[in-house]
Amino acid sequence: MRRILDWIDHRTGLETAVRNFLYEDIPASSGFHQVFGSVALFLFLVQAFTGAMLAFNYAPSPGEAYNSVKYIMTELTGGRLIRGLHHWGSSMMIVVVVLHMTQVFLWGAYKKPREATWMVGCVLMMMTLGFGLTGYLLPWDNRAYWGTVVTTQIAGLAPGAGPYVVRLMGADGGVGVVTFSRFYALHTLLLPLAIVLLIAFHIYLVRKHGVAPASGDTLPKKKFFPEQVFKDTVAVFLAFVILFVMALTLRAPLERLADPTDTTYIPRPDWYFLFLFQTLKFFEGPLEVVGAVVLPNLAIVALFLVPFLDRGRMKRVIERKGAAVVVAVAAIGWTGLTAAAIATTPAALVSGETEGPAAWRHLSPEELAGIGYFRKENCAACHALGEGGTKVGPDLTGAAIKRDARWMIAHFKSPQALVPGTSMPSIHLPDAQLNALAAFILKLNARNAQDLREAPQPAVEGAMVYQQNRCGACHQVNGAGVKLGPPLNGLSQRHDRAWVEGHFADPQKFSPGTVMPPYRFSPRDLERVASYLMSL
Amino acid sequence: MVGSEGCDTQAVGRRRFYLACIYGLSTIMGMALAVPAAVYLLFPPRSRKEDQWVEAAELSQLEVGVPEEVVFRHNRVDGWKISSEKTSAWVLKKSDTEVVAFAPQCTHLGCAYRWEESKKNFLCPCHTSNFDIEGKVIDGPAPRPLDRYLVRIEGKKLFLGPIQKSPEA
Repeated sequence: MRRILDWIDHRTGLETAVRNFLYEDIPASSGFHQVFGSVALFLFLVQAFTGAMLAFNYAPSPGEAYNSVKYIMTELTGGRLIRGLHHWGSSMMIVVVVLHMTQVFLWGAYKKPREATWMVGCVLMMMTLGFGLTGYLLPWDNRAYWGTVVTTQIAGLAPGAGPYVVRLMGADGGVGVVTFSRFYALHTLLLPLAIVLLIAFHIYLVRKHGVAPASGDTLPKKKFFPEQVFKDTVAVFLAFVILFVMALTLRAPLERLADPTDTTYIPRPDWYFLFLFQTLKFFEGPLEVVGAVVLPNLAIVALFLVPFLDRGRMKRVIERKGAAVVVAVAAIGWTGLTAAAIATTPAALVSGETEGPAAWRHLSPEELAGIGYFRKENCAACHALGEGGTKVGPDLTGAAIKRDARWMIAHFKSPQALVPGTSMPSIHLPDAQLNALAAFILKLNARNAQDLREAPQPAVEGAMVYQQNRCGACHQVNGAGVKLGPPLNGLSQRHDRAWVEGHFADPQKFSPGTVMPPYRFSPRDLERVASYLMSL
Repeated sequence: MVGSEGCDTQAVGRRRFYLACIYGLSTIMGMALAVPAAVYLLFPPRSRKEDQWVEAAELSQLEVGVPEEVVFRHNRVDGWKISSEKTSAWVLKKSDTEVVAFAPQCTHLGCAYRWEESKKNFLCPCHTSNFDIEGKVIDGPAPRPLDRYLVRIEGKKLFLGPIQKSPEA
């Protein structure tokens, strides 16, 4: 073994290089406060690894991207964990990079001759944010799409450069396929290469100048390995455990497929950009550019120039009161802005819900029964309802805009006659049921599709019973039907379930003088229609 | 000196502890990443719905005793995509109640074979494997008989299910 290692070292110098790296002298004052750089580096490696893993099952084009992410999340064993690690890892990396900078700032470790190390570090932090920004678009869900729309709009505000930045993002005509490809290329090709080179340069600079000693540290130097490596490893392990538990327990968000026509969606950036989002609210009209572009850029410039603004002698960390004040003010400001942004986020968004509760409740009984026929005829085998995917037939969420009910019913009866060459089979249902099916499809849109797809089967069956027995000839539900008898919305507030069930069998007994005929339902039908009516 | 020796053993012990932690924790983290990644790459996707039955032909249109290539569409589940694609089967109607359907690929290297009416056998043009009308290998490099679709007859219609691999000869 020794001989093999010697042979390799003699040819490559690898062992000596590793040895030199590990047995570097570091100041006696080094300790746990200097672990954050190592943790950031480790998290970057986790991002690179999980990112490559995701790419193994990811289709980098809009639409397909969404489906493949969904496939990773729902079909692949371990897919949720891998995406969770990547998703939460990105947040964690930003946290750790900021902690690393804060430590360096508090200790004043950027002072001469380490100014360049600090400035390269600033660029690395910007790149980390760049990864977050570009990666945000890649799942191509509503959150990704609308978040990026706002990002590109803000970039467009930059005086002079705005239009060019937007063109560079491929977003002149709005966020679309070109934007997607550019963000993907940045996220997976350009940024990784650039950041690896800069990380190498950053570490080289750290080595060149040595770890910054505390002021007045005159004790003999110690070795980097194994004591400091041990401390770094413990910190890395802690970070990893937190990340792993987050990835296991928290579901990385995947909302509905990006829908550029969705006017109800309220976009929010990822949490680490919320403070910028909130800052923007203080500037209106012509001043908007100040909040969107000028202030953030000034902050970046100030951050870069920190080593030149603070040129005083090296002091002990406890004596650096000014630095502590700056950090405290920044922390309070950031927390306040972020909290304000969260507080003003509509509740529906916080829970990740974008559709009003139970859109199916707003359908007329006929439309709701249409869902039943849709399921009964197994239409979903060939048609998507806004969930994406590549099914044989067209997605029906868009169909209503193009076709009227008459066309649809003719098409149901004889698909070949209206769409030559279609592989759709005829639907053999009575006219009334085809009407219901058409009514349901007319009601569909991209916003309610998911909710309607998931409408509870008992309610749907209740509506089918209601529709087949023509209850609508005398009653109204959600404004549909004839007002001969009492409207049925709010029935549960007027009568209990036993009353409703008994009333069907013998209306005269419960409402003397009523014109309602008795209905003898099967126990199952009675149960369904009663449940449906009581839910209104 | 006795004192300094005591110090040394203490230092050695501490160093050993550091090394154990560094290697131990690194191994745990490596495994925690490698094992899920291996599972993620190697395990098959969860819900595969490929074993669906597809209507392939009308029985009345098939001639008894003559293999015929039947082209039909089926839904292929391919990762995150479900695509409708054309596929074919060599169908041999033995009677109105017995039908055999061969998968259209040669069992040697997957070339498309054809029925040679003059010789009354299936011939693969790639490496001249020959199969008889029952799909058995007559000669050539094919290692096993032709694979067959699961077959179901409903009324006058022929339905084909998943392909069953034939056992090695």
